[in-house]
Amino acid sequence: MIDLVGYGAFFLTTALIFSLVTLGLNLQWGLTGLFNVGLAGFVAIGAYTSALLTTPDDPARLGGFGLPILIGWLGAMFAGGVAAALTGIATLRLRSDYLAITTFGVAVVVQLVALNAQKLTGGPFGIGFIPRPFGDLAETPLLFNLSNLAIVSAVTLAAYLALEHLTRSPWGRVLKALREDERAAISLGKSARFYRVQAFAVGGAIMALAGALQAHFTGFIAPDNYLSILTFQVWVMLIVGGSGSNAGAVAGSVLVWAIWAGSGALTSVLFTPEQQARAASLQIVAIGVMLCVILLVRPKGMFGERPRRARFGKRTKATASESGS
Amino acid sequence: MGDTVKRHGAETREPVLAAKDVVRRFGGLVAVNNVSFDVRPGEILGLIGPNGAGKTTMFDLLAGSILPSSGEIYLGGVPVSGEAAHRRIGRGLGRTFQIPRPLPNLTLIENVMLAAQGQTGEGLLANFLTPWRVAAEEKAAAKKAAELLELVSLTRLAHEPARVLSGGQRKLLELARVMMADPVIILLDEPAAGVNATLLEVIIERIRDINESGITFLLIEHNIDMVTRLCHRVLVMANGELLCEGTADEVARDPRVIEAYLGGAA
Repeated sequence: MIDLVGYGAFFLTTALIFSLVTLGLNLQWGLTGLFNVGLAGFVAIGAYTSALLTTPDDPARLGGFGLPILIGWLGAMFAGGVAAALTGIATLRLRSDYLAITTFGVAVVVQLVALNAQKLTGGPFGIGFIPRPFGDLAETPLLFNLSNLAIVSAVTLAAYLALEHLTRSPWGRVLKALREDERAAISLGKSARFYRVQAFAVGGAIMALAGALQAHFTGFIAPDNYLSILTFQVWVMLIVGGSGSNAGAVAGSVLVWAIWAGSGALTSVLFTPEQQARAASLQIVAIGVMLCVILLVRPKGMFGERPRRARFGKRTKATASESGS
Repeated sequence: MGDTVKRHGAETREPVLAAKDVVRRFGGLVAVNNVSFDVRPGEILGLIGPNGAGKTTMFDLLAGSILPSSGEIYLGGVPVSGEAAHRRIGRGLGRTFQIPRPLPNLTLIENVMLAAQGQTGEGLLANFLTPWRVAAEEKAAAKKAAELLELVSLTRLAHEPARVLSGGQRKLLELARVMMADPVIILLDEPAAGVNATLLEVIIERIRDINESGITFLLIEHNIDMVTRLCHRVLVMANGELLCEGTADEVARDPRVIEAYLGGAA
């Protein structure tokens, strides 16, 4: 029973870290319409920044600087925000598929730097000994996992509430306007460039914070953690939860991670150890099938931004068309 | 509103908007060729011409959606040719589109509130640092937006998403939206296009009411009846050039205008 609770806490912690990444993506895509398929790069920037700032000094690479974990998280947000803002500035003129290709390129560059800049990132060996919150409790996994769950929950809740507040604010209204019709928004005095860069930066900072949380939770990072499969997972989480909804971003993350983790456990039971490497591909198949089902059954996802209900139902529409041209 | 008119020179009778030798080329095509005109404070100026005359390009140049190849545009006496479109509305220039562009998933009131200028809450950090100020401005903006929706007879749909509107109602919504920005001059691109006769009367009345409150209009329109009823002066464009100007009756009798519309058949 205790093991189950411990695993539940571990599972939820990971799912909530994914939720943070998905919340960042929801701000960029769900609210502003920015097609970012390079989010793994911003998560990686956050993880490496925080790791470099907080790990003990290592003669084999730059740093670490042994700073407190909180400084690492703030540094991660700053680095992720700046990197995302620069990406936003560089891609100001790009839309949809072109923006997607460019952001994908950014993620590939970040991953390759992580892999090859050994003096900075530890190269393929990654960075270990990253300080973990409540690391003293690591001997008792239950307490350690519950403590980390509390921290990650608090951070996710704070991000969720802040994003909800922004979504309902005049700032959020401008982002929605840009998503719906950029030219109309510009004609009303809104600078598309200014707001696009802001949405990129804030979303990137949140993704980077998630990367830092993950790094400090596991205590080790390597370039393979930030492959494009991460981007795929987070996009599925947002689509399943419902693009445009912060609650959907969190719910979608938990559900998709449950299926991902569950299908992983199932393959380990059903297949022999020799077959398990190949059977792991079934996880991606499971997620793909779920995505298809969701898109067929609920095209806007579980909590997707619904069309507002007409207050007067059919009568309103009828009146609207009667009096119109 | 009176203050803004004064701010832009109505007291001195300085043109609200002026184009001086404006040229716009698209590759080898000269869409607007050396066009100059003034829009006087408080007037309704019509811009007419056959299809392909360059009217909408001229509108886009005035609104800042595209920049001129040469020439200068003045807004309240200030040269603005190199200024981005979103900055010109802050100087008092509002525009509507030939095909209305409501934000379909935002309610009508949200559509209108979006056009409020200088809102503290449109700054990211202000929403956390000065939430009381943001809330007060939002309340004031919502009140003003509700009044504007009443002006264009859309009050009962205020909390519906804009996608439920008919074509004519979308034009009225655009008018309310642009009014929210306290414009000095409004550019209207074919306000009568695709609108039924009943709603057209409402649109004409509203334009007249708004004009009487001191706001200047420049409108592109193919509906000559509307132009005749509303416009104090009319400019005629053809082949990217300004052909002539005068009252609606004067230009209607001008042989160059007749030739431009009928292609020399008259």
